[in-house]
Amino acid sequence: MLLQVDGLRKSFGRRTAVDGIGFALDVGEIVGFLGPNGAGKTTTMRMIAGYLEPDEGTARIFNIDVAQDRRRAQERVGYLPEGAPLYGEMTPWSFLRFVAETRGMSREAARHAVRRAAQDARLGDTIDRPIETLSKGYRRRVGLAAALLHDPMLLILDEPTDGLDPNQRHAVRDLIRRLGEERGLIISTHSLEEVEAVCTRAIVIDQGRIVADKTPAALREEHGSLERAFAALTRGEERV
Amino acid sequence: MKKRPGLASMFAVYRRELLSYLTTPTAYVFVAVFLFAIGLFTFQVGGFFESRRADLTGFFAFHPWLFMVFLPAVAMRLWAEESRSGAIELLMTLPAPTWSLVLGKFLAAWTVAAAALVLTVPLWATVNALGAPDNAAIFTGYLASLLMAGAYIAIGSAMSALTQAQIVAFVLAVFASFLLTALGLPLVLDFFSSVVSGGVAEAIARFSILHHFDAAQRGVVELRSVFYFVSLIALCLSFTALAVDARRGG
Repeated sequence: MLLQVDGLRKSFGRRTAVDGIGFALDVGEIVGFLGPNGAGKTTTMRMIAGYLEPDEGTARIFNIDVAQDRRRAQERVGYLPEGAPLYGEMTPWSFLRFVAETRGMSREAARHAVRRAAQDARLGDTIDRPIETLSKGYRRRVGLAAALLHDPMLLILDEPTDGLDPNQRHAVRDLIRRLGEERGLIISTHSLEEVEAVCTRAIVIDQGRIVADKTPAALREEHGSLERAFAALTRGEERV
Repeated sequence: MKKRPGLASMFAVYRRELLSYLTTPTAYVFVAVFLFAIGLFTFQVGGFFESRRADLTGFFAFHPWLFMVFLPAVAMRLWAEESRSGAIELLMTLPAPTWSLVLGKFLAAWTVAAAALVLTVPLWATVNALGAPDNAAIFTGYLASLLMAGAYIAIGSAMSALTQAQIVAFVLAVFASFLLTALGLPLVLDFFSSVVSGGVAEAIARFSILHHFDAAQRGVVELRSVFYFVSLIALCLSFTALAVDARRGG
């Protein structure tokens, strides 16, 4: 199994962000995390990526427990944090080199990996321009390239198309579909249309729990439309 | 394909951090202002020419006081900026040991401090042109100053790991540095000896940066003082690593 998540729980102070999430993911699956803001999507992804330690439960990547053997697990994951934070003063080329070398690659291997990831993410001739001068769409692609550098089997992308214009969104979705053919992917999104367009499976999360785990088609069939499914499964009230 | 994982990460972080110092104006401004200030203090306040002695004691005497303000400014961004921009999430999801990130960043900031020290070489050339100074003593002074700079940067790094705001990191680091430096001053010592016995006050003074820097200024490298600065650096960097790792707990 590529990823096995069991009973993940995480609280911040008195607020329970993730309250017993469990699911499994195989190669070839593209899972979409759906849910209102504050439902626990980002916290779950952060625990799988090894940024946060769970209070309870485990996430295992190829049977490696992320909390127990963090670095070995992280070698197998590519992660795009929400908003794709980058170092603005660097160029994509130097930024990607930095990420590759911090991952422990030799200079030669890093050069090779950067060239391949830049091609996969279609960075084109932006590779030598300071990141802070790039458009949002290209910045997101730089973040994606950074997640792809070590050719991981598992990709976790937190809102990969958020804030992009329709053309950029289209390009990133194409990329996600292509990547999903021989890897396992988890993406979080607010766009129901995106789940239909790229995901093989939708996991709806509300108040830290999974309330549905089905194919987008099955969800639609049950509720008439994905919008209705979303409204019926998650509580409407806004959380701070 | 892999080098030793921790070291490779450390050098990658070091290079990135140093590049960031070189491509933003802050480091240049600090180094320039530091050089101006050290010149001002050495010549005006320290009476470099009036003393009619060919040595650099008047120059080194101001290092603790200037470092205390300038080096927290160099170190303040190390971790605070990562948290503010969110890039820390990227850094901490790379399979690199925490110590390699902490050490890489520390060494980059220390390099900036070392560069500032190297740029004071004209002063050394001046005393050599004017007389025949004890160059061995001057070399010892530079070495002690470099070690002391490391200690101030390690303090700055620890404070930077505690907050997202660079300015808060700066103020905390200046405060901590001042306390640790001034422990040896009569002003502070008098306060302590009024509360505790003279022996204890004396012991407290031995923990001050000033105490160990002054010892080195007398031209002898005391192993004790080297040990003091190295331990202080190690202690502050361990604290930094703990503070960074504590984020994983939420």
